[in-house]
Amino acid sequence: MARVVVDVMLKPEILDPQGQAVQRALPRLGFEGIGDVRQGKRFELEVEGPVDDAALARIHEMAETFLANTVIEDFTVHVEDRAGS
Amino acid sequence: MTRPSPATAPSGGPAGRSNTRIGVITFPGTLDDRDTQRAVRLAGAEAVPLWHRDKDLKQVDAVVLPGGFSYGDYLRAGAISRFSPVMETVIEQAKGGLPVLGICNGFQVLTETHLLPGAMLRNDSLHFICRDQRLRVENADTAWTADYTAGQEISVPLKNIDGRYVADERTLDMLEAEGRVAFRYLTEGDPADGYGNPNGSLRDIAGVTNEAGNVVGLMPHPEHAVEPLIGTGRTDGLGFFTSILKKLVTA
Repeated sequence: MARVVVDVMLKPEILDPQGQAVQRALPRLGFEGIGDVRQGKRFELEVEGPVDDAALARIHEMAETFLANTVIEDFTVHVEDRAGS
Repeated sequence: MTRPSPATAPSGGPAGRSNTRIGVITFPGTLDDRDTQRAVRLAGAEAVPLWHRDKDLKQVDAVVLPGGFSYGDYLRAGAISRFSPVMETVIEQAKGGLPVLGICNGFQVLTETHLLPGAMLRNDSLHFICRDQRLRVENADTAWTADYTAGQEISVPLKNIDGRYVADERTLDMLEAEGRVAFRYLTEGDPADGYGNPNGSLRDIAGVTNEAGNVVGLMPHPEHAVEPLIGTGRTDGLGFFTSILKKLVTA
């Protein structure tokens, strides 16, 4: 079973109030020097069978149609672990 | 009680009795389907409950996607319900002219289907907002707004946490140029009276329409302002349901 990771982030121009709330809390907690925080989503997919080009193409399609809303979000797909596949 | 229940008295609404059938879709997590059905009946139409697993729209003349939290808003608001069997049919027929109104979560579903442009994000305050909201009807030429006049100011309840409307600058400019900003939040006035942009929506947009004017989405809840005894104490929201009824009856 291989693991494929899809990371989804709001596009840079989209306001991220959740990230800002985290960033504002940091100095209060003693963590200095962080100029900006943006919060995203990470999907870890356990893929059955080989992660070949066809499987990656399907995952790309899944990310584009469902996991991310490309009106507001960018996404990346990478294979994290081919062990056991 | 001497007053007949609207549930058993479909006739006598402002638009009079009709055989018009308006479907109201229930997804898992929908909250406002009953209120929406009630608003439809008060306007004088027949409310037809539709279930998210039905591909068949039971020959309704129009469809309302009511508010709530379909599929718990997991992933993104409206993202999962967009792929339900009923929505496959709604998307196909909306492109052919079927009137569709999306309220709150229904608006979120309509942006996820791309029947309406833009997307909905977490409120800029990060808080759930629940209050009466002042709006301006910008476009009174849609299937759902013909009983209003352009520029009319109305007050209806608003309740959401993912109500921040966003789109890229080009899309926003296009919406403005084509008159497709259907409703805007009124910002000039006392917040205690429901004025102000409640969620950071770009250009104070509260609702939009598609190019043909048959698909309309808005965040505030007109179905909660259809009887003087409840909600805002006003009936400012009833016009949505009388508009569509008139359009369908005279069509």
